[in-house]
Amino acid sequence: MRVSDQIAFLAPRRSVLDRREAIIADLADLLPPGCLVSDIRGLVPFETDAFIAYRQLPLAVTLPETTAQVAAVLKYCGRYGIPVVPRGAGTSLCGGAIPQEDAVVIGLSKMTRILDIDLANRTATVEAGVTNINISEAVMPEGFFYAPDPSSQLACTIGGNIGMNSGGAHCLKYGVTTNNLLGVKMVLFDGTIIELGGKALDAAGYDLLGLICGSEGQLGIVTEATVRLLARPEGARPVLFGFSSSEEAGACVAEVIGAGIIPVAIEFMDKPAISICEAFAKAGYPMDVEALLIVEVEGSEAEMEATLTSIIEIARRHGVTTIRESQSATEAALIWKGRKSAFGATGRIADYICMDGTVPLSQLSHVLRKTGEIVARYGLRVANVFHAGDGNMHPLILYNINDPEDAARAEQAGNDILRLCVDAGGCLTGEHGVGIEKRDLMLHQFSQADLDQQMAARAAFDPQWIMNPSKVFPLEGRPAA
Amino acid sequence: MQTSFTPAQLADPHIATSEQILRKCVHCGFCTATCPTYVTLGNELDSPRGRIYLIKDMLENDRPADEEVVTHIDRCLSCLSCMTTCPSGVNYMHLVDHARVHIEKTYKRPLGDRLVRAVLAAVLPYPGRFRLALKAAALGRPFASLLKRIPPLKPFGTMLDLAPSKIALASAADTPGTHRIDGVKRGRVAILSGCAQPVLRPEINEATLRLLARLGIEVVVPEGAGCCGALVHHMGREEQALDAARRMVDAWLKVKEEGGLDAVIITASGCGTTIKDYGHMLRLDPAYAEKAAQVSALAKDITEYLASLDLPALERKTLTVAYHSACSMQHGQKITTAPKLLLRNAGFTVRDPGEGHLCCGSAGTYNILQPEISEKLKARKVRNIEATKADIIATGNIGCITQIATGTVIPILHTVELLDWAYGGPKPAMLEKVR
Repeated sequence: MRVSDQIAFLAPRRSVLDRREAIIADLADLLPPGCLVSDIRGLVPFETDAFIAYRQLPLAVTLPETTAQVAAVLKYCGRYGIPVVPRGAGTSLCGGAIPQEDAVVIGLSKMTRILDIDLANRTATVEAGVTNINISEAVMPEGFFYAPDPSSQLACTIGGNIGMNSGGAHCLKYGVTTNNLLGVKMVLFDGTIIELGGKALDAAGYDLLGLICGSEGQLGIVTEATVRLLARPEGARPVLFGFSSSEEAGACVAEVIGAGIIPVAIEFMDKPAISICEAFAKAGYPMDVEALLIVEVEGSEAEMEATLTSIIEIARRHGVTTIRESQSATEAALIWKGRKSAFGATGRIADYICMDGTVPLSQLSHVLRKTGEIVARYGLRVANVFHAGDGNMHPLILYNINDPEDAARAEQAGNDILRLCVDAGGCLTGEHGVGIEKRDLMLHQFSQADLDQQMAARAAFDPQWIMNPSKVFPLEGRPAA
Repeated sequence: MQTSFTPAQLADPHIATSEQILRKCVHCGFCTATCPTYVTLGNELDSPRGRIYLIKDMLENDRPADEEVVTHIDRCLSCLSCMTTCPSGVNYMHLVDHARVHIEKTYKRPLGDRLVRAVLAAVLPYPGRFRLALKAAALGRPFASLLKRIPPLKPFGTMLDLAPSKIALASAADTPGTHRIDGVKRGRVAILSGCAQPVLRPEINEATLRLLARLGIEVVVPEGAGCCGALVHHMGREEQALDAARRMVDAWLKVKEEGGLDAVIITASGCGTTIKDYGHMLRLDPAYAEKAAQVSALAKDITEYLASLDLPALERKTLTVAYHSACSMQHGQKITTAPKLLLRNAGFTVRDPGEGHLCCGSAGTYNILQPEISEKLKARKVRNIEATKADIIATGNIGCITQIATGTVIPILHTVELLDWAYGGPKPAMLEKVR
C-alpha cells in the first residue's frame, strides 16, 4: 500500500510467501514465547517506521532476546533465502526499517542490556537495542557521555545508529557514529557471529568497522556495540542568535566555520520551525526573527567567553538582531528539547517528509533559497531545522498525507531538493541514510560503476541479497540473482 | 499520519475526535522510549505508537475488538507518560479511552475476566461495599496463594494481597456538610470524598480538612456524591462512568449555587485527571456539557490549590522525603513542581527518585488485572525510590500509596498529610516510629 507510485519494493519471493505458515511455525520453535508476532493484526504496527509515506506488512516479526537467537533466525532465513529487515526503534526517516511482504523483521527492542562500562578505557559495551540516550545516562554520574546525539536519541537505538551512521547536533565537534564506534558483535546472513574492533581506537586489518557503520542492515545485524565515552565538558551553554533572513544566518554559519571556530553545535531554525518547536517546548525562542541559530559553546568559563566573543563579532557582521544566552541549566535543556523534538512537533501543523541532504557551507545560503523556491513551485510549505555547522540540511516539506496529489508533490519536491544538494557539491544523505526514500536517486550521486563496486562489497557479506534488500541500491542495475 | 475513514464513519462524533487525534501522530516513535510497558516488554505492540496503530486499524475497518488488540490495550496503564513525551500533541488519553469503550461494546471477554471486572466495578466505587469486601478479604487472606495458582482466579488472589490488614472505620471527614473554619474565612471549596481512598486511608481527607480549616478555607462535603467514575471509565464502562460524572457535577454545582465555590479539591490525582476531563467526557450531552466544563475548570489538586495560598516558609526539618510523582499528577494533570515546592517550603528535604516518569504499576485496577507487569514496575519503582535513601515517601495518589506500600518498608504518605503536620496538625500515626 503506497501513497505515491514512485518507489517500488522488490517483488516478493513467491517461494517464501507460499511457505508462510511453515516459516512462522519454524520461527516459533527458534524463539522463546512472546518473541514472535505473526498475527495479521499484530503485524500492522510494524508496517512502517517514521517515514510514514510508505508502508508494507512483513511476513512476521521476531523479537529475539539474545545474539544466539538472532543468529538462529538469520541462519534459518539464510538457509531458505528469506529476506530479513532489521529494526531498532523504528525511528528511521528514510524508511530504513520498512519491511517487505516476504520479509522477516528482526527487531532488537528486547536486547536492552548495558553489558560493560569500562571507565579506565572509556568505553561502554551495550546490546544493540539500548537507546542512544541510555548510554549517556548510564555514565552521567561518573561525568561521561556518548557524543553522537541524533535528535531522536530518546528513542533510537545504538543498533539503528550504527546502521545509518547517525549524526546529531553535537557531531560538529565530536564526529558522527563511525568516529565513536570501537567494536561490534554482529550476525551475518547465515547465522555466523563475528566480532570486529575492540576497545582500542584502531583495529588490525581493513577498517571493516567503517564499512559496517552506515551499511543500513545490509551486511549483517549488529547485536552488541562497544562505543567510545567522552568526559563531560566543565560547562556548556547554548546561545540563541536571531537574524532577519535565512540567508544572513546561513552566511554567518559559513563564516564561523571558515574562521576555524568549532563550537560544539550550530543549529539552524527558520521561522516556521521556530514556531513549531516553541509550541511544544516553550523554550522562549525569539518569535520575531526570520531565522535562528542555536550555537553551543563549551569548556571553562574563559574558553566559552572567548569562543562566544569571536562568534558574536562575526554574527554582528551578518546583521544579527537578537543574541540571548541561556541563563540556567533548565533553560538550556528546554532549548535543546525544542530543537530535538522539531520533527515530531511538526505533526502539530501538518504531515511532513524530512530531507537530509548535505552541502558545502559556502553553498548553504544558496541552497536554502533554492529550497524555498522549489517547495513554493509545488505549492507546498517548508520548515527548515538542521545542523548548520556541518551543512546537513533538513527541509521539512509540509503536506497533507490524506491527499494523494499533495503527497506526490511533496515527494517530487523532496527529490528536486536532494538533486539540488548533490549538484551543489553535497550528497543525498548526511545522517538519516538512503533507505527506500533516496534509493532511486542514488544514480544522481553515483555512476553505475561506483554502485557496482559498492554492490560487490555488499555481496561479499550477503551473496544472496536477503538483508534489507529493497533499500539503498536502485532495483535496476543490480547483479542478476 | 494517514487515515482512511469514510464520511459516514466521521459522522460519528467519537470517530471524528479520534481521527483528529490520529492525524496529529507522525509516528516519530519518541513515545516508545518513556512507555513503561515498552520499556518492560520490548514489543512495539505494547507501546503507545503500536497501540495507536492497532486502534487506528480497528476503528478504520469498523471491526469489533479482537484478542490481539484487547491484549495490548489492556496492558496500557493509561499513565499518559507518552503524552508528556509526544512532541506533536497526540491526545492518547482520549484515543485509548475511545478504544476501551469500543472494546467493552464489541468484545466478549473470557468468563473469569468478566467476573473480575464486574466485581471491581460493583465494589470499588462504593465505600460501603468496599469496606465490607476488605473485611472479608482479611478472612480470605490465607487463601491468596491458592487463588493465585488458579489462572482465572489469580486477580482475586492479588486483591487479597493488596488489601490492608487493618480497616479504618468510616471517617467524620466523609460526612456531608460544611466543615467550619478557625478564624477569618478566606475561601470556600468542595471536596471529593472519593470511594476507595476514604476506606483505605481516611487520614488523607482528615488532614486536608484540618489544614484547610486552619487556613480559613471552608470545605463542603457535598450530599449525594461518591465515586468520580475514573475506575469504571478506565475499564471502558462508559455509561457507568458518565452517570458518575453527572452525579458529581450535580453535587458540586449545588454547593456552588448555595454559597459560591472557589475550587473542587481533589486529594487523589487519579480522580483529578478524570474530573478535569469531565468537560470532554460529557461534551456530547447537551444537558451537561457546559456544567461539566465548569466543574473541570474548578477542579484542583489539593497541592495545586495550596500553592495558591502562600503558605509561610518553615524551618528546615531533619526528614528527607522522596517525592513520587503519580502519573496522573505529572502526566495527566501536568502538576510537577507544586507538591515539591510545598514540601520544601514546609522544611522537608525533597529528593527526586530516578526514572520518575515511569509508572509504579498501580494504575487504578491495573495491579489487579495485570499483576505480572505491575509487579515488575513496582520493583523498579521501589528500587529507584530506595536509592534516594529518603526517610519517607510522599505522593498524591491513593493507588500509588497502596501499591508502593506493599514493596517497601519506607512509610508512604500523601503530601497533604505531611503538610498538615508541618503546619500544626498532629504527627501522622504512620510516622510514630520515624525519628
